[in-house]
Amino acid sequence: MAENVWILGIHMTKFGKHPTLDPVDLGVEAIRGALADAGLRMRDVGVLAAGNLMGRGGSFGQQLQKQTGQTGIPVFNVANACATGATALRVAVMAIRAGETEVGLAVGAEKLSGAGLLAGGAREAEGDTWAPKGRFGAVAALDGRVGTETMPGVFAQIGMEYGHRYGGTSFELFARISEKNHAHSTLNPLAAYQKRFTLGQIMNDVMIAYPNTRPMCSANCDGAAAAVVVSEAKLRTLSLEQQRRAVKVSASVLTSDPWQEACQVLPDVNTLTRVAAEQAYEQAGIGPEDLDLVELHDCFATAELVHYDNLKLCPQGGAVDFFNSGATWRDGTTPVNVSGGLESKGHPIAATGIANVWEVATHLRGEAGDRQIAGARVGLAHVIGLGSACGVHILEKAAV
Amino acid sequence: MTSEQSLAGRRIPLVDYLVLEGEPHLVAHECVTCAARYFDRRNACASCEQAEFRVVDVPTEGELRAFTIVSFAAPGVPVPFVAGVVDCGGTTVRGNVVNVPPDPEHVRLGMKLRLTTTSLGTDAAGVEAIGYGFEPAA
Ligand SMILES: [Zn+2]
Repeated sequence: MAENVWILGIHMTKFGKHPTLDPVDLGVEAIRGALADAGLRMRDVGVLAAGNLMGRGGSFGQQLQKQTGQTGIPVFNVANACATGATALRVAVMAIRAGETEVGLAVGAEKLSGAGLLAGGAREAEGDTWAPKGRFGAVAALDGRVGTETMPGVFAQIGMEYGHRYGGTSFELFARISEKNHAHSTLNPLAAYQKRFTLGQIMNDVMIAYPNTRPMCSANCDGAAAAVVVSEAKLRTLSLEQQRRAVKVSASVLTSDPWQEACQVLPDVNTLTRVAAEQAYEQAGIGPEDLDLVELHDCFATAELVHYDNLKLCPQGGAVDFFNSGATWRDGTTPVNVSGGLESKGHPIAATGIANVWEVATHLRGEAGDRQIAGARVGLAHVIGLGSACGVHILEKAAV
Repeated sequence: MTSEQSLAGRRIPLVDYLVLEGEPHLVAHECVTCAARYFDRRNACASCEQAEFRVVDVPTEGELRAFTIVSFAAPGVPVPFVAGVVDCGGTTVRGNVVNVPPDPEHVRLGMKLRLTTTSLGTDAAGVEAIGYGFEPAA
């Protein structure tokens, strides 16, 4: 059994519009915040994993080092769609578990304000000759002609497919999930949007891809998050205060899609999430019933529903009843997305997979202010990047 | 006779897995070893790793397993349209649901559909590109 790994310091910037900051500025703010929180300096860090999906992928970590401290340590620039941040954290945790270093740093930063619709891409002017191209031998763009490649549309179908399989879903049900997350966001000062919406406002807002209206879609925004992780041996050399605030990484799991029938037709976000959850519960020796809070990847309201089931928060097929019971509201039995979720907190892609860990860790430390889940001891953070990659981290409060 | 004249009146499928000859239908690459089906050009099977495929016909009738009505798309993509996933006798196919009003009163999960073709227009040489969609079967 590899050594336990602990989060010693973690920081999330305000999510929202940062017109004067570039991705490096945001990443630096997150790194310096996490190091200060940890009580360490860059020279104490043995490995850096960094993600910035929409631009600086090739050397983002090195660009951050130039503004925070060039210490010559190995840098892993990672990219894994919306799971990029979780992947960075996973790399830092792996390095410690492997015994290569005692201190790792993971960071994700993104500038996404005003990015508009992701994926699908503008339809290019078509040539004056039909000529087959690509793996489908297509003579023209397929988005809009053979289904949809837009994220709201893909995830709408994923929610609808769940409804077809198990029943009980409706436009209103999905809108009520969004209503919950927006209500939660009003207590989170770092959320991009902190506005409560009525059910009617959500359902009557601009339709993007039925049944997802605009407030039911993740909010494009700027932001960054970073985490300093250390080995158990290192932690025990530090002050009692550092040990008390440290948060145990009881599970750190990353999966990709195991092949399933039709998974290349409509992305299957379910199987790899179920596998990740199973591995994480096994690794942590913790069951879903033990969780005091969950931050899951509600890139769209339709996605949140299926992940209740995938993360085994409810019996298989029971996500609708589970939500209708009120379980996932902040005063319910399994509060989900008390941060406001991606729909209101925002979704600066590469930051998301560390920001949700920050949210859980902040509750476990008892430092979540007005939105604190009282007595939180165990939490789970989940992200999924379409393609697909799924990260699940289970965190536990320190016993000291 | 110029080459343009010889092409005029010809038709070309939007994708190479749409067969226009005879009754239009879709074809899939089926793994000879494990029967997994794919629509794209294949290097090997994602399920069993073998690399031998045969071309098989996909049933033209099916059932709507998931859909969305896209109201907001990339520039140049006409909206609204219905994007769906159709179970054609056990083979899952992506496609638009056409010839039905794009609203949730008319598009229902589980509805019976059949393959149909749509014109994308003709190119400079007079070749017509033909796409596919699924329309209500009843
Ligand atoms: Zn096979």
